[in-house]
Amino acid sequence: MTSEFAVEMQDVLKQFVTPEGGILAAVNHVTMQIKDGEFFSLLGPSGCGKTTSLRMIAGFELPTSGKILIHGKEMSQVPAHLRPVNTVFQQYALFPHMTVEQNIGFGLEMKGVGRAERSKRVSEALEMVRLPGMEMRRAKQLSGGQQQRIALARALVNKPEVLLLDEPLGALDLKLRKEMQLELKTLQREVGITFIYVTHDQEEALTMSDRIAVMSKGVALQIGLPEEIYERPADKFVADFIGETNFLDGTVKGQNGSTVEVDIPGTGLVRVESSRTFTNGQQVSVAVRPEKLRLNSDVKEGNNLKGRVEDVIYIGTDTHYGVRMTGGQKVRVREQNLTQAQKIIAKTGEEVMVSFTRTSPRLLTE
Amino acid sequence: MLKFFRRSKGWQLAGLISPGALWILLFFNLPLLIMLFISFVERGRAGGIKIPPVYTIENYRLFFNSCSSAFSGPECNPFLYLGIFSHSVRIGLMVTFFCILVGYPLAYFMAKQKQVWRDALMILVIIPFWTNFLVRTYALKSVLATEGLLNSFLMNLHIISQPMNLLFNEFAVVVGLIYGYLPFAVLPMYTSIEKFDYSLMEAAADLGASPRRAFLRVMLPMTLPGVVAALVLVFVPVVGAFITPDIMGGGKVEMIGTLINRQFGVARNWPFGSAMSLILMLLVLIGVVIYFRSSTEETRRGI
Ligand SMILES: Nc1ncnc2c1ncn2[C@@H]1O[C@H](COP(=O)(O)OP(=O)(O)O)[C@@H](O)[C@H]1O
Ligand SMILES: [Mg+2]
Repeated sequence: MTSEFAVEMQDVLKQFVTPEGGILAAVNHVTMQIKDGEFFSLLGPSGCGKTTSLRMIAGFELPTSGKILIHGKEMSQVPAHLRPVNTVFQQYALFPHMTVEQNIGFGLEMKGVGRAERSKRVSEALEMVRLPGMEMRRAKQLSGGQQQRIALARALVNKPEVLLLDEPLGALDLKLRKEMQLELKTLQREVGITFIYVTHDQEEALTMSDRIAVMSKGVALQIGLPEEIYERPADKFVADFIGETNFLDGTVKGQNGSTVEVDIPGTGLVRVESSRTFTNGQQVSVAVRPEKLRLNSDVKEGNNLKGRVEDVIYIGTDTHYGVRMTGGQKVRVREQNLTQAQKIIAKTGEEVMVSFTRTSPRLLTE
Repeated sequence: MLKFFRRSKGWQLAGLISPGALWILLFFNLPLLIMLFISFVERGRAGGIKIPPVYTIENYRLFFNSCSSAFSGPECNPFLYLGIFSHSVRIGLMVTFFCILVGYPLAYFMAKQKQVWRDALMILVIIPFWTNFLVRTYALKSVLATEGLLNSFLMNLHIISQPMNLLFNEFAVVVGLIYGYLPFAVLPMYTSIEKFDYSLMEAAADLGASPRRAFLRVMLPMTLPGVVAALVLVFVPVVGAFITPDIMGGGKVEMIGTLINRQFGVARNWPFGSAMSLILMLLVLIGVVIYFRSSTEETRRGI
């Protein structure tokens, strides 16, 4: 039986016994389907169960309950060394007693590929990760970035059905990380292998992924396209974790068709477009991104709220303003510095108008 | 100024190492030289050496041809001593092999435990060191004796009907030596295994290696330094052992150690004993050097 999905997790639960003797659900009833050829990211803060999920797919851990399928085949009886997946480990886990060639050729050797064929494919793999001629080096003699590429080559040379990557760029410096992000994405498109990519860096996930699963405390909160997750976060956690978000908490005062009126205590009434239905008196959070707020530019048919500037941070491309609303809530506003003539709009202590359209915010209930 | 400093540092260093160096010089190097001297002179009538010394290489010739002595009869076996030597080496290899075979899984098991348990198990392994070696060997003897613990236990269970002859043979000597030297094998291997990064075993499994192949290709080569250390630490003392073969073998199992021991005791042939001691030392030294060379070469090439 085959399936259009490369990997499926069906209601997977993984419990650990903590050192204190309690039970911790590292992965708590997660269901997700990863399509063939997809660049899929597991995104979430440290300790949310990303690595545990990956380890269950690789076969290093067995789920407490639930099923994992790879290309439609149930995996509970298949040990790690027989699964059609390969892993790029967070700490690379290169074999220190072997040369680069022996490291990359290890998987092929286990499959019984002959010496000549093996060395040919190893040098092809080295070309692919742009480290040709490194065969005789040892892992210790390589830089972090080089080790990372060797780990990648060692996994990819086996042409796995699915490649699992556990924060593979976590140990690299920023510049190299950006470079490798692009390279990995290009490589994935070229080889067409399904990538499951674990990261806690939301920017990395947004730039590289076809789809993202946002995890928190063992639960997959939202699975979707990067723009879906950014523009339409399912809840406050996702909105807060992916990019920066201002939350204005208030109560629903009324709904007129798709327009919802929310009273923000002390600050005023806000009108927001929403496809959902709310009841009067319901507690909601108006979530709006800093780049969707404008300072002192009356938005027609929009929301214009008063506040006082508390801080101004100039960062070159943008200027960030921290504004205390009349009701005491603090929001951040991001104005792009489009022209050279663009001046700092307001100084610290000045009264300003914070404006946004009715379609900019999301109304979140949890 | 700098020069003065450097010189004073040199003096400091000399001061630091001199007690140890003196000790080694006085109690290891000097006796070795005395032994070398004795091995090249004729024996005295009641032990010791002939005074004034008469230089000879007869002691070494006797070792390679035990019939070179004037007293040997027509039935004499010229390879008597060489035979005992090779037999000792064989026992040494066998004991070392079993110590590693038993010790490696034990060390692995210990290294896998939680910290508290690890310390407890470590103490259990070390405790025998605190008990006198002789006492331990006699204790084992009473276990293996004809009417000892093991035989009566098996007879009471009707597993055997007659007591087995477990004592005063080569088997008893080998068991005694394994028993005595197992901790020497466990400790260095434990140190190696404890340092081993198990995520490498997952990496191997991930690349399609079965647990057995992952062990042979990754864990064993990476813990080989501990195995080599165990090999040296067990083999060297076992080849020269004389207390265990004496007690467990009941005088029926001859090893180099017992042979040498006898030259300084009842046989009163100090020069021959010295010659054999030096030959044994040389043999062990050559073996150790060869093994260290080959093993480091292997780890370097990653086999
Ligand atoms: N073997 C284990 N035993 C006990 N708890 C574990 C084990 N592995 C992971 N955990 C716990 O499970 C949770 C999720 O861990 P992990 O999957 O590594 O998170 P992430 O990779 O997202 O940082 C953490 O709270 C962690 O402490
Ligand atoms: Mg992790």
